[in-house]
Amino acid sequence: MNIYDWIQPIFYITVLLLLAKPLGSYMARVYQNERLFLDPILAPVERFIYRASGIDSKSEMTWKTYALAMFLFNILGLLFVYLLQRVQGFLPLNPQGLGAITPDSSWNTAVSFITNTNWQGYSGETTMSCFTQMLGLTVQNFVSAATGMAVLVALIRGIIRHTTKEIGNFWVDLTKSTLYILLPLSLVVALALVSQGVVQTFSEYQTVSMLQGTTDADGNAVTEQVIAVGPAASQVAIKQLGTNGGGFFNVNSAHPLENSTPLSNFIEMLSLLLIPVALCYTYGKMIGDTKQGWALLTAMTIIFVALIGVAVWAEHAGNPAIQALGVVGGNMEGKEARFGITTSALWATATTAVSNGAVNSMLDSFTPLGGLVPMWLMQLGEIIYGGVGSGLYGMLAFVIIAVFIAGLMVGRTPEYLGKKIEAYEMKMASIVILVPLVTVLVGTAIALMSEAGRATIYNPSAHGFSEVLYAFTSTAANNGSAFAGLGANNPFYNTALGLAMLLARYWLAIPILAIAGSLANKKKIPVGSGTLPTHTPLFIGWLIGVIVIVGALSYLPALALGPIVEHLLMFK
Amino acid sequence: MNTQLRPALTIFALLTVITGVIYPLTVTGIAQLVFPNQANGSLITIDGKTYGSELIGQQFDDPKYFWGRLSATGTFPYNAFNAENLTASSGSNYGPLNPALIDAAQARVDALKAADPDNTLPIPVDLVTASGSGLDPHISVAAALYQVHRVASARGLSEADVVALVNQFTEGRQFGFLGEPCVNVLLLNLALDGIE
Repeated sequence: MNIYDWIQPIFYITVLLLLAKPLGSYMARVYQNERLFLDPILAPVERFIYRASGIDSKSEMTWKTYALAMFLFNILGLLFVYLLQRVQGFLPLNPQGLGAITPDSSWNTAVSFITNTNWQGYSGETTMSCFTQMLGLTVQNFVSAATGMAVLVALIRGIIRHTTKEIGNFWVDLTKSTLYILLPLSLVVALALVSQGVVQTFSEYQTVSMLQGTTDADGNAVTEQVIAVGPAASQVAIKQLGTNGGGFFNVNSAHPLENSTPLSNFIEMLSLLLIPVALCYTYGKMIGDTKQGWALLTAMTIIFVALIGVAVWAEHAGNPAIQALGVVGGNMEGKEARFGITTSALWATATTAVSNGAVNSMLDSFTPLGGLVPMWLMQLGEIIYGGVGSGLYGMLAFVIIAVFIAGLMVGRTPEYLGKKIEAYEMKMASIVILVPLVTVLVGTAIALMSEAGRATIYNPSAHGFSEVLYAFTSTAANNGSAFAGLGANNPFYNTALGLAMLLARYWLAIPILAIAGSLANKKKIPVGSGTLPTHTPLFIGWLIGVIVIVGALSYLPALALGPIVEHLLMFK
Repeated sequence: MNTQLRPALTIFALLTVITGVIYPLTVTGIAQLVFPNQANGSLITIDGKTYGSELIGQQFDDPKYFWGRLSATGTFPYNAFNAENLTASSGSNYGPLNPALIDAAQARVDALKAADPDNTLPIPVDLVTASGSGLDPHISVAAALYQVHRVASARGLSEADVVALVNQFTEGRQFGFLGEPCVNVLLLNLALDGIE
């Protein structure tokens, strides 16, 4: 490791934290209906949307109506994306004449994109027409992210308000998130990416002649290369910003036309964490106590930095079996030369800290400990920043658990920001933590016990187990990254992983809305001498402890069978 | 339920038009105007002939050319897209203990040594491992310097001339600190053939 291996992560985290306040306060202004510099362009569009759909933007919903609206909107998305894939052969903007996608793959992809997971069972450039990528996938990248943000804002209102049943209007929150936050940021990021070489065109794939040429598997001479292109930059921008992660090309952001230079890599990596980090400030701003937002951000950042250290160190240490061949260097299998080891490991940590799942290197080829880091970050519940909206609302469920345990220890009714935390909130928070856990462990067990589940494991030994555990972890965390050796584009995995994504998304969002409704209905109690302050270093340490203990207790046995045993075998 | 159905349908349709049509078309329009070369794949066109993309590597195993990363794309190496069997960009996805990973690295080590038996430099790891995309256009500077002796002998050039060419096609860290310094293999090989 050299000095640049230190400078790059430090620079990255510094820039992120510096952007938290300006973007965070902007987003708070959006949700508090304050004046914005984009109003002259976007306010008329916003008003038109409300008028056309017959909504009164001032009217609000109970948590149940809010959940129903969210559910309806997402079901529509599911149906639309499914149908689009089934009939893409008859639709325009299909320069390669790609045909209909199989029912199980279409189901999996539709679920994957409405739940903000963007697990990709398919290979982009050989499967999806431009039409499907734009009208199906790009749209869901926006609105699934906006759905997460809407649910978070509803929860924040639940915390701020008292003795009311109303927690906001889903349609307004959805529209505002898309128009005022995701759209302008995406436009800027997309153009910056094109300047670096990320493609954005509707032309056909380009055929060029190779300088030396090669031979294919059957011994035939190959003299030409077909370069797949398409409207990638516009989709890549929102896939990063919306913690989606579904790439335009098969290898996602490892593809040189999806992520061309170290600068494009930095911009994409920044976009990964930008909104989830800034939402912590938005939260503080909206509840009128920015210290609360900074406290959560600090807890997240401490865990993040520690795990970056492990991943970067493990990848630089490299693979002893390769080094035994007289080769020098860390682990470069599955990594691109322009990014090198440090930014690849940094990206892998960032993409799984938030529920993004885009990759710039192949995680399946990481060292055992380098691969354990992304897996465990997802298993912590995607709360170390986490998905846009969903990360912070997941973290707030952990805060509820933390104040509850602290309350039990001193024998006091726990409270958070002036609201009593009672049995109902605890039940809902427990669901938020237990549903992904059960989905991952039961899903992995079923896959490993069935013929169909074992048939497409790619790597031998403990690593094969890790591939299956990773697949269920990634889908149940709505992340979407993969140990991509596992053959997942088949009826068994398409169906099972689709179910995992649905369960984990909506059985988190609905209990969170229930908590929002319940908190909004409560009376506000004044701060007393027995109140546990939730912005102090003590509480930050306590929260980290609760997260790490829950995460470790839940998953250590499973991890021991995969990456941990593999690590021991590597140094046998 | 019915009161929410109309906004669901209308907002879905309108947001589809805004984010799925207007947004990508706007980006395409601006990109094609301001960055036409990058937006279309950074193709290398010299005197009207296209030699490939600056950003997409090609397969080289002739001793007179610099070799790139191993490529694990289907059917043939550096396959960016094949319409017949629908294969494209791909990494090897070999786990660190997979025997196939070690075999592939060993085969590359053997090929490098067979083509340049006198070379005693340590072999840089990026020369014996497959890239993530299978299309990596770059190798590390050390990997290029390792091959200078072989390329110079095969072409009857002085090593100093070849090193000078390597330096010419070395891309430093962006802004002095981002990414890794690396060498564009296709551009370097084109220059060796006198195409610049």
